[in-house]
Amino acid sequence: MPQTLAEKIIATASGHQSVSPGDIVTARVDLAMIHDSGGPRRVKPILDRFGGTVWDPNKVVVVSDHYVPAHDDETRSIQALTKKWVADQGIRAFYDEKGICHVVVPENGHLIPGMFVVGGDSHSPTGGAFGTYMFGIGATEMAGVLLTGEIWIKVPETILIEWTGQLGPRISAKDMMLYTCGKLGMDGGQYQAVEYRGSAVAKLDMQERMTLSNMTAELGGQAGIIAPDETTAGYLRECGRTVENADFWRTDVGARLKAHHIFDASALEPQVAAPHSPANAAQVGDYNKVPVNVAYIGACTGAKLADLRMAAEVLRGCKLSSNVTLKIAPASLKDQEIAKNEGLMALFAEAGAEILPNACGICAGYGPDRLGEDVVCISTTARNFRGRMGAPSSKVFLGSPYTVAASAVAGYIADPREIQGRHR
Amino acid sequence: MTGMVRIWKFGDDIDTDALAPGQYMNAPLDQLSAHCLESVNAGFAVNVKPGDIIAAGFNFGTGSSREQAAQALRHLGVSAVIAKSFAGIFYRNAINLGLPVFECADTDQIRDGDTAELDLAQAKLVVAGDADPIACQPIPGFLMQILADGGLVPHLEKRFSAGKI
Ligand code: SF4
Repeated sequence: MPQTLAEKIIATASGHQSVSPGDIVTARVDLAMIHDSGGPRRVKPILDRFGGTVWDPNKVVVVSDHYVPAHDDETRSIQALTKKWVADQGIRAFYDEKGICHVVVPENGHLIPGMFVVGGDSHSPTGGAFGTYMFGIGATEMAGVLLTGEIWIKVPETILIEWTGQLGPRISAKDMMLYTCGKLGMDGGQYQAVEYRGSAVAKLDMQERMTLSNMTAELGGQAGIIAPDETTAGYLRECGRTVENADFWRTDVGARLKAHHIFDASALEPQVAAPHSPANAAQVGDYNKVPVNVAYIGACTGAKLADLRMAAEVLRGCKLSSNVTLKIAPASLKDQEIAKNEGLMALFAEAGAEILPNACGICAGYGPDRLGEDVVCISTTARNFRGRMGAPSSKVFLGSPYTVAASAVAGYIADPREIQGRHR
Repeated sequence: MTGMVRIWKFGDDIDTDALAPGQYMNAPLDQLSAHCLESVNAGFAVNVKPGDIIAAGFNFGTGSSREQAAQALRHLGVSAVIAKSFAGIFYRNAINLGLPVFECADTDQIRDGDTAELDLAQAKLVVAGDADPIACQPIPGFLMQILADGGLVPHLEKRFSAGKI
């Protein structure tokens, strides 16, 4: 029987020859990822009722990214608790203030094709870019995983999203996902496995693929996977990992699908999603000249090295509009260092951008940089729900790093293809 | 059976930032719960009574994995949520925390302020004044077991004491 990639991974993790959509199986997890917000402070009280130790400290990775840097007693105590718990458990994979979990975990080589992974965060589908079946769960369920090393899963059907053609200049993975959210809606993924493929996907680098997988959360898919290829293998080699059975970890020809959507990348325009839903996406021209006060380049979705390069391409030689504050929170320390070596951080400073720590920052609405009353923001983040990034009266538009940078220069929502050169 | 309780009706895509606003995420549960759904219905957290039911449209609980979204509802005494569909992580969290969640195609006919009685075992909602009960999809048996135990933690405690881990 031909099988989907999702079915192969779940069958392997649950010790079955094969599985079928709708089966409820118990699977062993290869890795569990938690962060400071939903992690130790929430799971420890539960674990303590059962003797307190995790099933396998070598299969747990912990990242402090939500409440960093600590700015008050509450957040300082969260950080202290996280550090102590990690040490007590003997967990070695601990990344403290190194960046956002969904970026830090793969950049340290923790994800390889065929793995079955859970994360204590809704953007855990990001890991799917590596041919990993990775999905998000809440803290109580995570406590169950940390105790037993197992989790139940209803085997999903697979929704194939195929992008033919090639993206035009200054159009990116973020535009692909905003477009898809607009087309299919926030429940278009129906909590099934979404798989991305096609010529436009094949051409994306790993961080752009991560953006596709990441925003599977906004589509309502459980996981967002991409079968490994040479690009995957190349990225993993850099992290000191090798891919085994690369040819096995793909959806077989003839495997049963729930749906197969085909979109043409060549016809895609830059997309912007209006408040308060990623599904309110339309082409940038529809929002042309909407004035903005804050431009935010941040989050696992939109501040990786690939995203910083896109923003820099637009900002090079430009000055920010005097009406706009541009805030940039590079998604990981490692990406920021590479960006620095490439001269991008200097370029951002020269343009007048404010650099924030390598953390979730405004995206999660935690911390002191939250958006104030009535602020209009254009952001590279994944979700623009009412009040998420600050005051309920604030409005957030979502766009690609190109579009956000272009809007920071223009002072209003702008098509990144029209900014070039104009402000030099 | 829940007895006759009030129904609070909401629309589609009720998200986790509405259920558990980020701003109060490091506050204790009772403070967080006081802001539950305030951006959609300012009177909800103040007026909801233990046992009341929420009915909603598609994709209830969309957004983050924060289980405070389900916890706040439980804390306020909500006895069940009935929606056309649920976001997957919210659905799992609700079951794990012992909050019954039912998928139901017909929530359009339910109005805010209706009184109704929910038969959990039969997955049927009887709205006062309506002749026919509204059928919901039953919760799969495996998950019913977790709910019956009061959520995942008591369920695991049972497994532990039975030596099944
Ligand atoms: S950056 Fe935003 S979307 Fe990403 S993990 Fe942090 S809060 Fe979640």
